[in-house]
Amino acid sequence: MKSRILMFVFAFAVWCILCWVPDTQHLIAGAVVALIVAAIMGSMFVTRPHMLFNPIRVFYFLFWYIPIFIWELVKANFDVAYRVIHPSMPIKPGIVRLKTELKSDTGLTFLANSITLTPGTLTVDINKDDGILYIHWINVVGSDPETTFREIGSRFEPMLKKIFEEDVVK
Amino acid sequence: MIDIIGMVFIGTGLAFDVLGCLGLVRLPDVYNRLQAATKCVTLGTCSILFGTFLMAGGFTPTGFKALIAIVFLVLASPVAAHAISRGAHRAGIKLWDKSVVDSYAEDKEGEK
Repeated sequence: MKSRILMFVFAFAVWCILCWVPDTQHLIAGAVVALIVAAIMGSMFVTRPHMLFNPIRVFYFLFWYIPIFIWELVKANFDVAYRVIHPSMPIKPGIVRLKTELKSDTGLTFLANSITLTPGTLTVDINKDDGILYIHWINVVGSDPETTFREIGSRFEPMLKKIFEEDVVK
Repeated sequence: MIDIIGMVFIGTGLAFDVLGCLGLVRLPDVYNRLQAATKCVTLGTCSILFGTFLMAGGFTPTGFKALIAIVFLVLASPVAAHAISRGAHRAGIKLWDKSVVDSYAEDKEGEK
């Protein structure tokens, strides 16, 4: 139920922003649409609502995860640009395994998305039961677990673990 | 002044989009092409949208829409790339000849 209410508030806010400046007609139509969306999809939106209201987690997410993410995204673009422009295309692709200790859906989704948007890596599949991510790597350095963790996982995993997983955050 | 900054953002975005498309043409197989497509096109398009946000005068109706589009693009583009690459691998599309390792195929062998 909590998840449905959150979904309604979120959908309604997005609607209001999309038809800025809102008037009565827009607000009524938006409320109807948001209600339908919340009734159908609401139960999938958040599974642990209390996480969302923890100010420390939100603070870490906004001021620690997002700046690093943007920096890595810019670096990834220059990396790809270099490989594309270079006449001999210095690529050495392959699919490697990455072991992860994250368990929650949200954490895994953010880890996979972050990996896709960081230099030279693209998540192909997740095996949630064993905690393995299959990653297409444009420049394979090594396929043993230590190397893949050092080169790919270590940038984001500890951070996401702190934001999405640990019971007590400081 | 703010218009010039917006123009710079739009110019950078266009440059990255062009590089992404160049990558689509030059790189050898579907997975490498997806790498170029997701990374360059995400940042390029976000940059164009941010430039639009600045040039539309900040938090106006147009600016708001540009900001919302940035958020949805950043969330959706890696998911799309993940779905395409997984589908391609499951459909049996081979990696490039000079690929070094394919752990995914090794782990999937017993499944069929």
